[in-house]
Amino acid sequence: MASTARRDVPEPPDFGILKRLARDQLIYLLEQLPGRKDLFIEADLMSPLDRIANVSILKQHEVDKLYKVESRPALSTSDQLCFLVRPRVKTMKYIADIVNADKMSGRSRKYKIIFSPQKFYACEMVLEEEGVFGDVTCDEWSFYLLPLDEDIISMELPEFFRDYFLEGDHRWINSVARALQLLNSLYGPFSRAYGIGRCAKMCYELWRELEEESEGDSQGRKPEIGNIFLMDRDTDYVTALCSQMVYEGLVDDTFRIKCGSVDFGPEVTSSDKSIKVLLNAQDKVFSQIRNEHFSSVFGFLSQKSRNLQAQYDRRRGMDIKQMKNFVSQELKGLKQEHRLLSLHIGACESIMKKKTKQDFQEMIKAEHSLLEGFDIRESTSFIEEHIDRQVSPIESLRLMCLLSITENGLNPKDYRSLKTQYLQSYGPEHLLTFHNLKRIGLLTEQAAGETLTAVENRVSKLVTDRAAGKITDAFNSLARKSNFRAISKKLGLIPRLDGEYDLKMPRDMAYVFSGAYTPLSCKIIEQVLERRGWQGLEEVLRLLNGTEFSEAGAAEASPGRDSQRTVLAVFLGGCTCSEMAALRFLGRERGCRFIFLTTAVTSSGRLMEAMAETRA
Amino acid sequence: MEWGLREELRDCLVAAAPYGGPIALLRNCARREKSPGARPLLDTFSASGLLLASIPWKSGQVVQLGWTASEDLLCIQEDGTVLIYNLFCEFKRHFSMGNEVLQNHVLEAKVFHTEYGTGVAILTGAHRFSLATNIDDLKLRRMPEVPGLQKPPSCWAVLSQDRVTIVLLAVGQDLYLLDNTSCSVVTPPGMSPSAGAYLQMAVSFNYRCLALFTDTGYIWMGLATLKEKLCEFNSSIRSPPKQMVWCMRPRSRQRAVVMAWDRQLMVVGNSTECIQFVLDEDSYLVPELDGVRILSRTSHEFLHEIPEASQEIFKIASMAPGALLLEAQKEYEKESQKADEYLREIKDQKLLPEAVSQCIEAAGYEHEPETQKSLLRAASFGKCFIDKFPPESFVRMCQDLRVLNAIRDYQIGIPLTFTQYKRLTIEVLLDRLVLRRLYPLAIRICEYLRLSEIQGVSRILAHWACYKVQQKDKSDEEVAYAINQKLGDTPGISYSEIAARAYDCGRPELAIKLLEYEPRSGEQVPLLLKMKRSKLALSKAIESGDTDLVYTVVLHLKNELNRGTFFMTLQNQPVALSLYRQFCKHQERETLKDLYNQDDNHQELGNFHVHSSYSEKRIEGRVGALQNAVDEYYKAKNEFAAKATEDQIKLLRLQRHLQEDFDKPYLDLSLHDTVSTLILDGHHKKAEQLYRDFKIPDKRWVREGSSGCTGVPASRGAQ
Repeated sequence: MASTARRDVPEPPDFGILKRLARDQLIYLLEQLPGRKDLFIEADLMSPLDRIANVSILKQHEVDKLYKVESRPALSTSDQLCFLVRPRVKTMKYIADIVNADKMSGRSRKYKIIFSPQKFYACEMVLEEEGVFGDVTCDEWSFYLLPLDEDIISMELPEFFRDYFLEGDHRWINSVARALQLLNSLYGPFSRAYGIGRCAKMCYELWRELEEESEGDSQGRKPEIGNIFLMDRDTDYVTALCSQMVYEGLVDDTFRIKCGSVDFGPEVTSSDKSIKVLLNAQDKVFSQIRNEHFSSVFGFLSQKSRNLQAQYDRRRGMDIKQMKNFVSQELKGLKQEHRLLSLHIGACESIMKKKTKQDFQEMIKAEHSLLEGFDIRESTSFIEEHIDRQVSPIESLRLMCLLSITENGLNPKDYRSLKTQYLQSYGPEHLLTFHNLKRIGLLTEQAAGETLTAVENRVSKLVTDRAAGKITDAFNSLARKSNFRAISKKLGLIPRLDGEYDLKMPRDMAYVFSGAYTPLSCKIIEQVLERRGWQGLEEVLRLLNGTEFSEAGAAEASPGRDSQRTVLAVFLGGCTCSEMAALRFLGRERGCRFIFLTTAVTSSGRLMEAMAETRA
Repeated sequence: MEWGLREELRDCLVAAAPYGGPIALLRNCARREKSPGARPLLDTFSASGLLLASIPWKSGQVVQLGWTASEDLLCIQEDGTVLIYNLFCEFKRHFSMGNEVLQNHVLEAKVFHTEYGTGVAILTGAHRFSLATNIDDLKLRRMPEVPGLQKPPSCWAVLSQDRVTIVLLAVGQDLYLLDNTSCSVVTPPGMSPSAGAYLQMAVSFNYRCLALFTDTGYIWMGLATLKEKLCEFNSSIRSPPKQMVWCMRPRSRQRAVVMAWDRQLMVVGNSTECIQFVLDEDSYLVPELDGVRILSRTSHEFLHEIPEASQEIFKIASMAPGALLLEAQKEYEKESQKADEYLREIKDQKLLPEAVSQCIEAAGYEHEPETQKSLLRAASFGKCFIDKFPPESFVRMCQDLRVLNAIRDYQIGIPLTFTQYKRLTIEVLLDRLVLRRLYPLAIRICEYLRLSEIQGVSRILAHWACYKVQQKDKSDEEVAYAINQKLGDTPGISYSEIAARAYDCGRPELAIKLLEYEPRSGEQVPLLLKMKRSKLALSKAIESGDTDLVYTVVLHLKNELNRGTFFMTLQNQPVALSLYRQFCKHQERETLKDLYNQDDNHQELGNFHVHSSYSEKRIEGRVGALQNAVDEYYKAKNEFAAKATEDQIKLLRLQRHLQEDFDKPYLDLSLHDTVSTLILDGHHKKAEQLYRDFKIPDKRWVREGSSGCTGVPASRGAQ
């Protein structure tokens, strides 16, 4: 892959400052409550917090004990309790219960709630209704952005996807706008902005408003990021639903990368304990294979191990002095590399084992024919069988969605029979999950005249409403067709096969899906950046049914500048590892650098789980 | 003076605000006994005597008038009620000095200014003192009793020391100091033993100095801490002066006390001699930061110590560098070579920079534009002969003088001295101009001094607009249009503030018109809510994209409207609806049901019942909830969901039987798992029954049979 790469890809900006800002603010907030205190941390804030401030920093600022916010009653004995939470109603009730329990037992303590990334009025409302608003003090930790890697910034808001796309809840839009404002002030001004999707547009507009209000002086600063591209996840569900084939994506699908690190279990480490590994560009082995198609990873790893062995072997012919040098300088690095190498080899083996067990090849074949639109019947029976054999509820659901979205909805017969079989196989509670999937447009029935017009009527009624003209609502997705087949044809997403696709020397972004499909989201970004706008893509836009925009800022610098070749790709609702790999490939080809800002790193599994209605 | 008073000043209650402030006059109050029918008149004048406003006084007997630091008029009534009026005699508010004052009446009152704001001190008929240090943050303090006080003190004053307000009072030959808790007797140091009883006392503007006048005509001057005597003087006038005030300049050592009798004014200081003036008519003294204003029916004069710079220059036969420079410039204008001689003399002493600074400084103290000009001309002349004289002080002085001359004009009537102006700051001066509704002048000053828009022009425009909306004679359209014309998109203007004022004045329609101009929709919401335009507020909140704002309005609506209307309003606002739904999902599930009911959303109602079935512990409860769901699904014409739920009920019942029959947990297994468990356990008959009951596809049934033989059902992934 290196042979085709251009040498002039700009270096990514230093995002370490984001961490420092977050840390300093957290420390400041903790010191606002002087004295020893116990800290309660929301479960999904734990990993991000760990990346910002470790336990020893917390201890330095008089945090005594750390607890997880969960349903169990708190056992803390400290006189000061500090809660570090997401602004959720559920958590507010948990806190209110603690406070009320203390009140009942006549105990007086100090309570402080730190909301991250921001406080919502609804939370205060709950505190008030529970009668504890006067007993707690509230603060905001504006921790919007966590740099996961040199080119990935995550907002760590996995609930964004469900909240916005399913529930039509707009509260996170403000957070995104603020995050953009922060990035713009540190690395901007962004001179060009593109976007597609209603959420993207809202975020963009709100961000512009924030900028105007603050009237920050961005003049004279040298921008590090020149372009920004915002995209709603619902522009392209197909890519997110496909089985990932690049190494990083497979690791994510198989082991679940959490906040940039992964827990390799005993089956990988070949010992009896699991190891937590940070996966980023600092990992020399991982950084070389993360974007590779899985089929070439093994070859690479064995080559790497031979090289490593050779370097070890060098010490044979060494004299004392050289040996001393070797031990003091190289040995540590080699050992580290060795350790990582064996971990990744273990991971590969484990992935292989799992995949072969599940008839992986057959599933990939079915997926590919869905994407291409061939042998739909055969694929449908494959899915049926998948359901019957209870392979995995999430996987079955994913395949059903992929079928629906590529085919513009299932025909009524399949729709009923697949759902029935699914309910029989995996349990009846998924009835609600199906309802959610229908609402969001992932699993729908092919238009049967009457019902759709009813919905359309309703939607058009809403659109005439003045406010609704500006802002979407959840019902909208109902009327939306995916039009995948037509878009695919228009953009040439399915590469023509002339001979074998060489996955070791990829020609285009399709390599991330074994050369069978170019991710739609990445293709759109490529096209828009190439055309510097949406001209010529009108037909595609009509099919996408998207709200697009493209704006140029006042100061358009010369295109040769590094900042002009740095693009901030914002994925609202999540971005998959495959998409990142594809865009990194595009960047190397075109000599530009993509920085990913995502509400959370996502995968097909996570999307499906977000839709699933759990038994509370 | 312009005011053309017919009465004598002594027949009126007079109060003049410091810093060249306005004058308030309550006329006819003394004549009240003679003709109780005649109402007294309350007038306010500018310092030049221009009538600002006049109202007939309708409230109770006024004991004392006074001005606050923000130029509001305080009228202290006999019953302890204090009424606050603005400059134009428009009533603002009132407060009471407490029950004790109400019962015993006000004997005397004083208004005083400290760093905390404006305070009021009251001596009641029971010879007790009550204090409020800041009338904007009213905290009444009742001072301790003075032991053995039978008659009112001959004189008293409020002191402020170390940020504590205390009262000093004199009874005969004794001085008492009252602080928060105690009353102590004090003796001023160096007091002549034969001085006699105290008749009058005066505290300086800055609370640093105190002067005492005794019935032998003796005057003691010292620090207000009573720790040090500065000087003394014997006036040999035995009657108490009508007024006694300090006349001093900040940072000057030349302190003096000015005393006024009916027809005599005496200035005494650290000297054996005193200065005496004859007063032609009734006069009233107003202490200022750097001197004393003397008001009478026909004139308004300012008595002050000549500043050093002016002295040096204008002293007869002065050889000070400034004086020489002024002379040199005059000669230069006459084209006389003497100019060079004078200049040379200054330059030889290397005092030219000092000469220039002296002239600039002295110009500031002059009131006559001609004198100011000649001094500035001299300074500018001298400047030419200095290599690098920084021009800022000169430019600054020219600007300041221009502003000062403008406001000293009798039409404006704010006779500020340079020292006062610097102490007051330009911002406060602008506020005062705004208070006097002199908007054009204020704006011109802002533009002239190039103040930033947000601080200067737009603030004044906003005030103007707030005043404008009070003009009832103009139509809403006219006012809104006029305001928008003037204000446009000036940065820092908050249309919502102006609109709020319009609403307060009872013009809601105008308020709404003005709100339309507000570019930030979020700003419009609170006022719209206040005006009960909730629906408009809701759409504005949604437009702003701020979900918190939407929640605020939704909650407000929930309390304001009845449930039905509330839900209807939400139905038309999908964004608000989904936000509220989210909230209800966690907080008020029952409301959620009502919400769906209102909308006949049977699909969601079905889902709701399915959801609640999860929280039911008992099978009957679950079946009941699910049955409700089935009904709703049928109503929603969702036969698939209804069928699926019916199947679920069937399965649940069956599983319960199986559980009882085989004593094994079957509940909550999927159909597939139930069947394979049955097969595994060898209950083939039962399994077959299920196969038939639930119409399991044949293909599946075949596999079921085979997988049943191989082992337990495949483990189900985590949910």
